Amino acid sequence: MVEKQFKVIAETGIHARPATLLVQTASKFESEIQLEYKGKKVNLKSIMGVMSLGIGQGADITISAEGADEENALQSLAETMQKEGLTE
Amino acid sequence: MPKVRTKDILDRFKLELISGEEGINRPITMTDISRPGLELAGFFDYYPAERVQLLGKTELTFIQKLDPETRADRLERLCTDITPVIIVTRDMPVPDELIEASEREAVPVLRAKLKTTRFSSRLTNFLETKLAPTTAVHGVLIDIYGVGVLITGKSGVGKSETALELVKRGHRLVADDCVEIRQEDDDTLVGNSPELIEHLLEIRGLGIINVMTLFGAGAVRSFKKISLVINLELWDQTKQYDRLGLDEETMRIIDTSIPKLTVPVRPGRNLAVIIEVAAMNFRLKRMGVNAAEQFASRLSDVIEDGDHEDR
Repeated sequence: MVEKQFKVIAETGIHARPATLLVQTASKFESEIQLEYKGKKVNLKSIMGVMSLGIGQGADITISAEGADEENALQSLAETMQKEGLTE
Repeated sequence: MPKVRTKDILDRFKLELISGEEGINRPITMTDISRPGLELAGFFDYYPAERVQLLGKTELTFIQKLDPETRADRLERLCTDITPVIIVTRDMPVPDELIEASEREAVPVLRAKLKTTRFSSRLTNFLETKLAPTTAVHGVLIDIYGVGVLITGKSGVGKSETALELVKRGHRLVADDCVEIRQEDDDTLVGNSPELIEHLLEIRGLGIINVMTLFGAGAVRSFKKISLVINLELWDQTKQYDRLGLDEETMRIIDTSIPKLTVPVRPGRNLAVIIEVAAMNFRLKRMGVNAAEQFASRLSDVIEDGDHEDR
């Protein structure tokens, strides 16, 4: 299992559209991918799950992946978040 | 982050704040309640300071009988830096010494109108619910004929679509995609939706829909006890699926085992009907009618009879 911490810098936090992008990116991979925020864990392949967390600016989140393509998945998610200006 | 603070009790039971407002955000970490009778008599060796302290008629009458110096000293020792709250019941007057000590140590003192035992049991119920172990599960929770069914399975297998069909058939949606589950009384699991996505359902191709405004208030409920888990998975040719229903599989959530069925998904299989029937069959089994077992015993009767005839 691989995991990485991120700090959300986007002003709107992880709002509906960026959440969709993250979920779409995560869904391309076979691995089980989870997002943790404030001690709550959700499946990163589930839009409603991600949005239920209501992640705001300045939030510390942890993404973990487990499976055959875990490294690629985490890498790709990190890139997506950076490109969308969600994280640094 | 603490799950319950003193403020929550104040708001929930509409209590009166007497003193120690500074400490109103103190965390409450355990469900146990203490009635510090022995402590007031001077025995502080086992004082459970971290619990909610309840002073009833007995305790309050007792301290009135102490001389002022002892009274002040013992009430002062009740107020420690970890005491979450001291509650006076029956609308009794609060001793001045307690008000002084609580202001000094910032321990909130609240007053309730209810009798001590009554209040104590309501408070325990509240704390048990709030402090129960919780977890979140990826799945859909729906109330089918009064049976709380948790539908799980990989992303894209059709959980939400099945839920929509079930709602259309008159069943009630509790939560889509993310179910918050808490364990009450050791063996009861209760699921609810995260507040932000309550009543919402995400259907690929449609987007987010609001089940409550579309189908009405009868189509949703806010929480439900989970009795059955149905796991949807893509049909695997190599896997053996249950054909008889004689064995009961279970799934463990927190510390509780819940009966689980695995239903393979294939085009042309109407999942909503299958799940609906699974819920009805589950009820029937709990009422003591088990079709699979009845059939098995009928079969063994026939086989036995056959044996006799041959002889």
